[in-house]
Amino acid sequence: MISRSLLAAFVATGVLAGSPAAAQDTIKIAYIDPLSGPGATVGEVGLKTFQFLAEELNAKGGAGGKKFEILPFDNKTNPQESLVQVQKAVDAGARIITQGNGSSVAAALSDWVTKYNERNPGKELIYLNYAAVDPVLTNEKCSFSHFRWDANSDIKMEALTNYMKGQKDIKKVYLINQDYSFGQAVRKAAIEMLKAKRPDIQVVGDELHPLLKVTDFAPYIAKIKASGADTVITGNWSQDFALLLKAAADAGLQVNWYTYYAGGTGGPTSVKQTGLNHRVFAIQEGSANVDHAASQATEKAFREKFGVSIFYPRAFNQMRMLAAAINKANSADPTKIALALEDMKVDVFNGGEGVMRKDDHQFFQPMYIVSLGERGPKEPFDEEKTGWGWRTIARLDAKDTVLPTTCKMQRPS
Amino acid sequence: MSDAIATRGATTAAQTSIGRVAPWGVWIAAGLLLAGLPLVFRSGTALTMLSLMGIAIIFALSYNMLLGQTGMLSFGHAVYYGLGAYFSVHAINWAIAAKLPIPLLLMPLAGGFAGLLFAVLFGWVSTKRSGTAFAMISLGLAELVGSSSLILRSFFGGEEGVTTNRTKLLRLFDWNFGPQIQVYYLIAAWCLLSIALMYALTRTPFGRMCNAVRDNSERAQFVGYNPQVVRFIAFCLSGMFAGIAGGLASINFELANSALFSAVQSGNVLLATFIGGAGHFVGPILGAVLVTYLQNMLSDVTEVWQLYFGLMFIATVMYAPGGLAGLIMMHGPIWRAGALSKLLLAYAVLLVPIALVAVGAVLVIEMMTHLGVKAAEGTTMKMAGITFDARSWLAWALALILLLAGGGLARLAWHRVAAAWDRAQGVAREKGLTI
Amino acid sequence: MAELILISTLNGVLYGLLLFLMASGLTLIFSMMGVLNFAHASFYMLGAFLGFQISRWAGFWMALIVAPVLVGLAGAVVERFGLRNVHRHGHVAELLFTFGLAFVIEELVQIVWGKSPVDFRTPALLDFPAFTVFATNYPAYKLFMLVISIAIFVGLFVMLTRTRIGLIVQAALTHPHMVAHLGHNVPFVFMSVFGVGAALAGIAGVIAGPALVTQSSMAALLGPILFVVVVVGGLGSLQGALFASLLIGLLQTFAISINLSLSDIFAGSGFTPEPNTLLGDLWRVSVAQIAPILPYVLLILVLIFKPTGLFGNRET
Repeated sequence: MISRSLLAAFVATGVLAGSPAAAQDTIKIAYIDPLSGPGATVGEVGLKTFQFLAEELNAKGGAGGKKFEILPFDNKTNPQESLVQVQKAVDAGARIITQGNGSSVAAALSDWVTKYNERNPGKELIYLNYAAVDPVLTNEKCSFSHFRWDANSDIKMEALTNYMKGQKDIKKVYLINQDYSFGQAVRKAAIEMLKAKRPDIQVVGDELHPLLKVTDFAPYIAKIKASGADTVITGNWSQDFALLLKAAADAGLQVNWYTYYAGGTGGPTSVKQTGLNHRVFAIQEGSANVDHAASQATEKAFREKFGVSIFYPRAFNQMRMLAAAINKANSADPTKIALALEDMKVDVFNGGEGVMRKDDHQFFQPMYIVSLGERGPKEPFDEEKTGWGWRTIARLDAKDTVLPTTCKMQRPS
Repeated sequence: MSDAIATRGATTAAQTSIGRVAPWGVWIAAGLLLAGLPLVFRSGTALTMLSLMGIAIIFALSYNMLLGQTGMLSFGHAVYYGLGAYFSVHAINWAIAAKLPIPLLLMPLAGGFAGLLFAVLFGWVSTKRSGTAFAMISLGLAELVGSSSLILRSFFGGEEGVTTNRTKLLRLFDWNFGPQIQVYYLIAAWCLLSIALMYALTRTPFGRMCNAVRDNSERAQFVGYNPQVVRFIAFCLSGMFAGIAGGLASINFELANSALFSAVQSGNVLLATFIGGAGHFVGPILGAVLVTYLQNMLSDVTEVWQLYFGLMFIATVMYAPGGLAGLIMMHGPIWRAGALSKLLLAYAVLLVPIALVAVGAVLVIEMMTHLGVKAAEGTTMKMAGITFDARSWLAWALALILLLAGGGLARLAWHRVAAAWDRAQGVAREKGLTI
Repeated sequence: MAELILISTLNGVLYGLLLFLMASGLTLIFSMMGVLNFAHASFYMLGAFLGFQISRWAGFWMALIVAPVLVGLAGAVVERFGLRNVHRHGHVAELLFTFGLAFVIEELVQIVWGKSPVDFRTPALLDFPAFTVFATNYPAYKLFMLVISIAIFVGLFVMLTRTRIGLIVQAALTHPHMVAHLGHNVPFVFMSVFGVGAALAGIAGVIAGPALVTQSSMAALLGPILFVVVVVGGLGSLQGALFASLLIGLLQTFAISINLSLSDIFAGSGFTPEPNTLLGDLWRVSVAQIAPILPYVLLILVLIFKPTGLFGNRET
């Protein structure tokens, strides 16, 4: 692990001297995510995850005969800043970029990488997206150089509604989301998919509130109560999630919460604070308590080393598939890696099969509906030291999460 | 007698002809400098950095039209920057779709137009008041526009924003503006033009009236000018140049998104202008270059770069409210009096204790960071190539010694510097170069 | 309908009083010293985190007493060694100083407590529903917040208008030299006012911390709305700040319950703009969607028509 100040000095000399970095004997992966500012908590966890994975793979000899090296770059969750950082990454010799926090950043990066590859043949880059869930990245704005390992928000809603199809006690659903692309995508998908699968379910509320601006959710809770809903679907995260649940607990609202990000940083803490035992559900690609020996062993090792749970099981899938692709193509050239990744099937971290679809470079994997609450005997791990952990309520195979795509990818000739 | 007059006449003539050439010389030198920079700094990152500095210079100068020249503190200048960027992006996309023969060179004008338009719209309500009320209105407007940009998805493109492709417009001289260096030259050209125009503005009677309104608006009223109209026009022009900067930013990144409206963006331009020096024309230029450089490079070296920024800002407000430019200009008369070298010697003596204090402070801050919340990662840290434990007595003792010793020596050296300053001022006063 | 109005009023009043709790110190400083303290929200955050830390060691009630004192001392130090030096450079410089200070405090909090939210709980004594209205519970803690807000208002009002100290403070603002000639220590008065203002922010932090999320970004998220309260309420007016907070609280709460948009109002006209255009977006935006940004609209309107604020009596 290179210390950041040493790396900075290295990059700085590279900047002033104007010559690209020399050493090509490692496969450099540029990690571009927030390492300072509000997004840093997740950015730092992500960096640790990738460094852990690089070490794990390097212990087995790396890939294609070379070892992996993770180069961190701080983008402060800003798209323009990310474009500056990716330029630095390219100057430092990285040809594999990975990022996940923020779809705005992801869209900017995907666009930049695509244009860079067009304008600089022979120096192509590849962009591996591990967490940005805006559906457009694998639909209208898809790109040959972009691969996504997180189920996008539409896929998550598909999985969620497939589960809800069989739940007869759900009669009235209230939607409350943040008023920006992600929240708007969540509500749109929810309305369409519920209508198609359970037309008897009434959508009694469809609320949008400005992003990260609301301090008091009591009025919204009053509306939910007045509507008589028994289920709430929300894509809220961070403070919007925590305050929403707090207000609900204060007012004594008794509903089931189907969320995307109850597992986000601070999420389990807020759920525990509100005392909503096994009433808050999340749609995730796995959890620490999934009954799978290998992943539980890794979880244990990870927590011992870093003191936090594995946030990104999909990062494991991504890096392992990357190594497999490099070995298969016998080259670390991004175009060859991309071709090797397409249609690759793999055993995912929490068990089961996943596949990287060729049409849109979207990864499909088993999805889990999990709930947070008091742990039973088969649930060894708790979250954020609250004592509460995830319980698997339902598991959907990858094939039950597949959605069509509108992607018309321009492939290299 | 006649010889003396003749010599004096000849000297005056020589001085005036130099006087006439010198201003042009500055601009030509600036142009050459801008053209020559990419030959020295060649890497992709360096070119991107230079491009960003060019954009920041225009933005900061436009901000200083409000702050330094007309005395209006705005917390929402990024609104015009962002709107300029969005209009440019839409203009480029429209030109591509309609196959109009407009070269990329002219696209920042769309940004300027948008900045002007919205400055007229919003300025009419903003400039009714001055001082704190104006600052608060600008803050409120910034919040409104920022929130609206996420809600009104069709124009603002939602979270991903609106992208464009700068290579698809009409080509001039076979430049498609794909490579960063061509974009740099585009930005440099607009930068030089904008600087020239904004400088020219300060030399017009209108520019002087802005200064008058800043200094004493009641008196300006007595002279016969309506301060509100003056402020309004300054606001509109400032918005226009901010829009041009936004247009260039959208060309550079081929992207316009709602992050452009953020409080961070407005805060950055305030920071750059103030640190550079709001009281001099070149102040914002210096500030923009410095802040852009630090913003992009400091975060690679330390995680708590925001703390350093905040401290730097506070230090500037407290000890150098004229900014960098103010500090430099203070030495103007002394340099002309030829007494600068002795003063610099005294400064050099002060440099050593200040360096000690700085190293000690950085050590303390970085050790605190590693002991605080990062303790979970282990307390070993690396600075200047030396690995050590943040909990070690030695490190803390060293930091403390550096701070105390440096502080003590600085105090002693300060007296010398003050004495040297007085002497240098005295020399300048004798020569009539300062009061 | 009655249910909606009653609940919205209750929620609006509670939210408004929470805002007043946070803005009371800012009003005091702004009114007394003319300094718009950008770092006020940072002192509030400092109060919340110190409250959290002390409550970990000695319980919530101890934190309620100790944390504001610490924050008040910090405020006094800032005034003595920072603001006082900057004062001679004018109001803009003071504003900018507090602007830089906000950065520094936020970063220091991040260094010590990290960037994630911390688990600051409401005290067990108050953790029960106080009463129930139309099947909605109102926790006792919120009533506690209400009581403290009103107590602070009454206390400040009495202190400023009826006691000697208050009169000296008010005089020192408009005629500092004369007051100094009369033998009062004017710099000490200013330092105390700033310290008390910071301490009020600290109290707000300790109390609001458990109710809201205690996290290093809380200052940046709450800062703007506090300025709206103070500026709309008016300079030099405590009553104005209370009125403005209640107005904003009620406005926001009632707006959230209105789901109307322009398309609903003009549904009969047959004018339907295309869905994915600018006009279409504007047409379909509902009042509830924009409710949290209505205070800024109010700010701008008030500043245009009555720049001294609703109850203010001094031009800035």
